Amino acid sequence: MHNLTIAELVKGLQSKEFTSVELTQHFLDRIASLDPAYNAVITVTAERALQAAAAADQRLAAGNAPDLCGVPILHKDIFCTDGVRTSCGSKMLDNFIPPYNATVVENFEQAGAVVLGKTNMDEFAMGSSNETSFYGPVKNPWATDSVPGGSSGGSAAAVAARLAPGATATDTGGSIRQPAALCGVSGIKPTYGRVSRWGMIAFASSLDQGGPMARTAEDCALLLNCMASYDDKDSTCIDREVPDYTATLSSSVKGLRIGVPKEYFSEGLHPGTEEAVRAALADLEAQGAELVEISLPNSALSVPAYYVIAPAEASANLSRFDGSRYGYRCENPKDLEDMYCRSRAEGFGEEVQRRILIGTYCLSAGYYDAYYGKSQQVRQLIQQDFVSAFENVDLIMGPTCPSPAFKFGSKGDDPVAMYLEDIYTIATNLAGLPGMSVPCGMVEGKPVGLQIIGNYFDEARILNVAHQYQQASDWHTKAPEGIA
Amino acid sequence: MSWDTVIGLEIHVQLATKTKIFSGASTAYGAEPNTQACAIDLAMPGTLPVLNKQAVNYAIMFGLAIDAEIGQVSAFERKNYFYPDLPKGYQTTQLEKPIVGRGNVEIQLADGSTKNVRIHHAHLEEDAGKSLHEGNFNSSFSGIDLNRAGTPLIEIVSEPDMTSAEEAIAFAKKIHSIVTSIGICDGEMSQGSMRFDVNVSVKPSGSETLGTRTETKNLNSFKFMEEAIKREVARQIDVIEDGGTIAQETRLYNGETKVARSMRSKEEANDYRYFPCPDLLPVVVSDEQVEELRRKLPELPDARQARFVKQYELSEYDAGILSSDAAMANYFEAVTSACNNAKLAANWTMGELSARLNNEDLSIANSPVSAEQLAGLIVRIADNSISGKMAKEVFEAIWAGEGSADQIIDARGLKQVSDSGALEQMVADVLAANQAMVDDYINTDEAKRKKKLGGFMGQIMKASKGQANPQQVNQILAKKLNELL
Repeated sequence: MHNLTIAELVKGLQSKEFTSVELTQHFLDRIASLDPAYNAVITVTAERALQAAAAADQRLAAGNAPDLCGVPILHKDIFCTDGVRTSCGSKMLDNFIPPYNATVVENFEQAGAVVLGKTNMDEFAMGSSNETSFYGPVKNPWATDSVPGGSSGGSAAAVAARLAPGATATDTGGSIRQPAALCGVSGIKPTYGRVSRWGMIAFASSLDQGGPMARTAEDCALLLNCMASYDDKDSTCIDREVPDYTATLSSSVKGLRIGVPKEYFSEGLHPGTEEAVRAALADLEAQGAELVEISLPNSALSVPAYYVIAPAEASANLSRFDGSRYGYRCENPKDLEDMYCRSRAEGFGEEVQRRILIGTYCLSAGYYDAYYGKSQQVRQLIQQDFVSAFENVDLIMGPTCPSPAFKFGSKGDDPVAMYLEDIYTIATNLAGLPGMSVPCGMVEGKPVGLQIIGNYFDEARILNVAHQYQQASDWHTKAPEGIA
Repeated sequence: MSWDTVIGLEIHVQLATKTKIFSGASTAYGAEPNTQACAIDLAMPGTLPVLNKQAVNYAIMFGLAIDAEIGQVSAFERKNYFYPDLPKGYQTTQLEKPIVGRGNVEIQLADGSTKNVRIHHAHLEEDAGKSLHEGNFNSSFSGIDLNRAGTPLIEIVSEPDMTSAEEAIAFAKKIHSIVTSIGICDGEMSQGSMRFDVNVSVKPSGSETLGTRTETKNLNSFKFMEEAIKREVARQIDVIEDGGTIAQETRLYNGETKVARSMRSKEEANDYRYFPCPDLLPVVVSDEQVEELRRKLPELPDARQARFVKQYELSEYDAGILSSDAAMANYFEAVTSACNNAKLAANWTMGELSARLNNEDLSIANSPVSAEQLAGLIVRIADNSISGKMAKEVFEAIWAGEGSADQIIDARGLKQVSDSGALEQMVADVLAANQAMVDDYINTDEAKRKKKLGGFMGQIMKASKGQANPQQVNQILAKKLNELL
């Protein structure tokens, strides 16, 4: 059953080939037996899951159940779950049990989806390797000596290892697309404002966006149908009808203009990755799409601008973790300042502290204009690059990340090398555009991701093209050794 | 050497919205600690702010009331600092793009002159919670009450246009009058609905160069504010005349102990690291919205004062006092419309009622004497049913909750005797019983006789248990004594 796609599971559940309880138990068993090798799931909610599955089976029996009714999923541990610990991968929130659901969690609950548990992640979503998690790194199911990517590494690894057919994730600078690429799964970061951020613990509010991961584009469409919604609890959520993303999956790509930015195929790109991506582009060309070389001239500025804006916002967003109302508090504080300092020094890991310091510095009097002010200008230029590009092309494609999954510890001492992992993904967050990664090849036995960037609210077209690509390729069907 | 004083004010006005500026929690005053703080107010992880539209409308109304520019696009920023009563670790406020731009407020001074005070801007922001350092807490602990956290405020920032404590108070009172008149603030100073930060500096008379200023924060009464300004001006002059210099600093004044102290110096000031709040969209105000609010804007204090003079034939002074406070103005108009006697309504509202409310530290909204009850009393004064002295007794009884004026007059038998036959008999009886006084009266010089009348009046009022109509008694007495001459 774990090899079935969500689309197939939906059919099986609706036609009573199997029950949600059977399905749920099957995935719970897989998590119990396989996950110790990957560390992808940090909280398993078996009892709740089986209760939800039984309720879903009743709904299915009654008829007219929503698509996802009875389908087991995992939530990234950044989404608040009522009554279930939500740690954000941090010691700071190791003891935090929210009394509310994130809107995303609520949407899946309403649809009758079954939550198996919560996935591991880089602490507060800050990282590209899952090495910053308080709960230890997630191991890439394709090569357990290598990283799964981050920050949604737990969700990506869990889907790759078929511990769940789909999972939620978030993307601030590439945190859905990069781990999806490194773990050989499909993942889409929607347009900023498409998915509610209510109850999604903030890293960088103007960049954070939730999205789904699954093995196929079609499954991502099914999950996004449920995940996307207008939410008046999130002021940045956009009130716009959510289309049925599955409705247009079968459209032809004939005549589609695909922009290929030359800046995405330059120095630093692994030759094997380039070869795989070029081959995928050729496949689409063979299906009738037209490839157009384009330029995104300010691409090189995206990483430095991001590493000012994201830490600046994070430095304020993480101020609430002060040891006074919830979360970690140091032992025996001698006064208020001691409580603040030690709770935060002991509760936050090194990377989180580094980013808080960077952000605080960038916003300080005398530095604001040179860093934060300038970065906001760069952000506008990057956005303008895309706006201009989309005047001539329908989609933009390139590699998701520069190389396949790297080994644990290989970038641990060099934050900048780690930050460059997101060199191709960050710009879309700065511009607020939707982007997706789908598997498009293997290098050294590890998956490679093709990135598809669309215009604002053009998720349907991205999913359509990704689906068409997957109809003609089989990279998304491959499984790590010992998994299938 | 003589000195000029320069004063600017920052006034925090709590907006009278039902819910908080970024959450649905109630803003009602006086609830048990932390019972009106929701997940957003507690800054729980993943929670997000949603702007209260009524707070925006109230801020715009203030802008209209002071004839200010309204920011078509205003924006919220985060002001970062750590404090236990600030759950998010930043205050959401406005800096670069406030909702209300430059405006003007005219103040009236005691000598009858007027003066214009310029408003630099007014911005929307959220209030912090409260730290409780006393009460049931062990000395090494402080309590935090987050009920107030997220209450909407506008901070009104004046230019340094005031030159004395008197002007500063007049300005503060005028702002109080405006915000209560347009209904955007309940004006309850004792509950912290308005709080004042006072920037004060001194300079040699006539000098163009401003002196170094200090800021005294969080004054919550006109009286404390006046004391704080006067003390600070005197302190600064002392320091400079003793050869010292003024340090730029933030100060606190304790109105109870009358002690002022330095809170923090310029060097200790926080770097607040303001930046635009990414959780909130810019506030876009349309012309239609502004015009709609302008149409609905309640009467402003100056317009009301002019109307009171015209409509009720009050003096400028009385009309000014009555119109300065919206609740008082409404009360006065309610009394007047029920008793149809504006002069008495004005006198009683400004006099007996205000004095009594002041003594008990009550606002007119919480007056134990309703406008209807006061009108009932005035009707009985006007038709001579009771004397002025009796009226005060009846007023006290109404205050004590004994019912309407008529009920009290009946129950206590206070109805004034105005029956002339009965009064003639009463006067005749008193004269007959006090022959010595009558003889004395007759033998006194005509010029001094008038003074002797008081003695007879006292006897007669005593005999009538205070119920005799004094004007009538006076006439009858004068007539009867004249007949004896």
